[in-house]
Amino acid sequence: MESIYLLVPISVILVFVIAIAFWWSVRSGQFDDLEGPAFRVLMDDEQPKKSESSENHEKADKI
Amino acid sequence: MSGTQTTYNDKVVRQFAVMTVIWGIVGMLVGVIIAAQLVWPELNYGPWLHFGRLRPLHTNAVIFAFGGCALFATSYWCVQRTSHARLWGGPLIPFTFWGWQIVILLAAVTLPLGITTGKEYAELEWPIDILITLVWVAYALVFFGTIAVRKVSHIYVANWFFGAFIIAVALLHIVNSMEMPITLTKSYSMYSGVQDAMIQWWYGHNAVGFFLTAGFLGMMYYFVPKQAGRPVYSYRLSVVHFWALIFTYMWAGPHHLHYTALPDWTQSVGMVFSLILLAPSWGGMINGIMTLSGAWHKLRDDPVLKFLITSLSFYGMSTFEGPMMSIKTVNALSHYTDWTVGHVHSGALGWVAMVSIGSIYYLLPKLFGKTEMYSTKLVTTHFWIATIGTVLYIASMWIAGVMQGLMWRAVNTDGTLAYSFVESVKGSYPFWAIRWLGGVLFLTGMLIMAYNMFKTMAGGKTQDMPVIAPAGHHA
Repeated sequence: MESIYLLVPISVILVFVIAIAFWWSVRSGQFDDLEGPAFRVLMDDEQPKKSESSENHEKADKI
Repeated sequence: MSGTQTTYNDKVVRQFAVMTVIWGIVGMLVGVIIAAQLVWPELNYGPWLHFGRLRPLHTNAVIFAFGGCALFATSYWCVQRTSHARLWGGPLIPFTFWGWQIVILLAAVTLPLGITTGKEYAELEWPIDILITLVWVAYALVFFGTIAVRKVSHIYVANWFFGAFIIAVALLHIVNSMEMPITLTKSYSMYSGVQDAMIQWWYGHNAVGFFLTAGFLGMMYYFVPKQAGRPVYSYRLSVVHFWALIFTYMWAGPHHLHYTALPDWTQSVGMVFSLILLAPSWGGMINGIMTLSGAWHKLRDDPVLKFLITSLSFYGMSTFEGPMMSIKTVNALSHYTDWTVGHVHSGALGWVAMVSIGSIYYLLPKLFGKTEMYSTKLVTTHFWIATIGTVLYIASMWIAGVMQGLMWRAVNTDGTLAYSFVESVKGSYPFWAIRWLGGVLFLTGMLIMAYNMFKTMAGGKTQDMPVIAPAGHHA
């Protein structure tokens, strides 16, 4: 099973890469707020409900 | 549009969204043709239109052309909106579109000509493999470049799924496509025998896991909440879902090689990892469906939401069926039968196609300056035709598959086989006809979608939309 000599090291390297990505994301505060992001994605709309920019209101009126 | 304000790059999303529908029709048409060839073998005209050459064309067209374009379109849309930034990458962006279309066209030419590596889902020969690699690297640069220039600190969970899909597919493609070119159209794999089989199904199943699952889960985590107008049921669970899925996925591949020359322990490892996968899969499925909790009435008259939620039901079904089929005793019955084909299509039609169709229906009016599709009624019609088609397909393949498995293993009292192979073929005909009908229905749905799409596009203004400032984010 020589293919294992290729696939196992790839998996091991991958697990470390994923672990580093996980470590980074925890350290950089990606998961500090686990409620807000779910709501914020709904505010990204093309016609935001509570927009600061007047241009967006104009655009919304046209449509 | 004034030049002072940054706009989203929706041109590329528009291109990929339209091609999703076009390639969907082409890929599913080829599927219907090969389904018909199984029922009426006289439809195998010449070498170029023979089942053996059209079948890889079907799989490549639906997975990489239809599914691929859907993933490009939705990931480009999602990453811009959730990052509050225009796509990064300049000329790389149109290169991903045109490069991917050239890959598809080359596949459509070379596969019927019989130019193939013979590796399932990786049939394309080495020059096309190199082009795929270039396009994919450009895709990764555009996607992660956009993440890098995001205006909010948080990276939305859908982008994690899209990102993992992009990185994993790059790795899988490069490792599995290691080959020695002999001529322009012929190469030999670096691996041979059972080593090749192991690498091939490490690639093959992880392609299912990352191309057909992680990517489309990214789609689900963005478009289900958006269409429902509600936040995802549990954002916490979605984060757990992501890390659990990517930490455990990589070793499910050997379940494709049960009872082969592959060492027994490797088969068992594959089976155990496949069983473990049930947990993250169902966590994600429940998370998606429960997003509608308290708003189930929205399902009644929103066909786009019907598509998205039904896709999750099929996702749950096929991710339960998959681990079960990976159990060696079950696999002894199901392997090499039409049950496998049915299982794949429960995922492909029910999950991948339906979540893509739902997401594209969400995008089309927004991309072409309309508030809704030309006809919501036709979307509803599409939904029911597609659902009936999928159910006919899966049910007929279950019956045919179990029947084949039972016939092949049946022995007389003296130990001889009770049935010859051709008897199981004969018994399968009615179910193959039903499968063909299911495919025809699904294809009809896509044609309705195309009509609806062109009617929606007609006279629409394709104005670029300004990048929205993030609402109340913390740096």
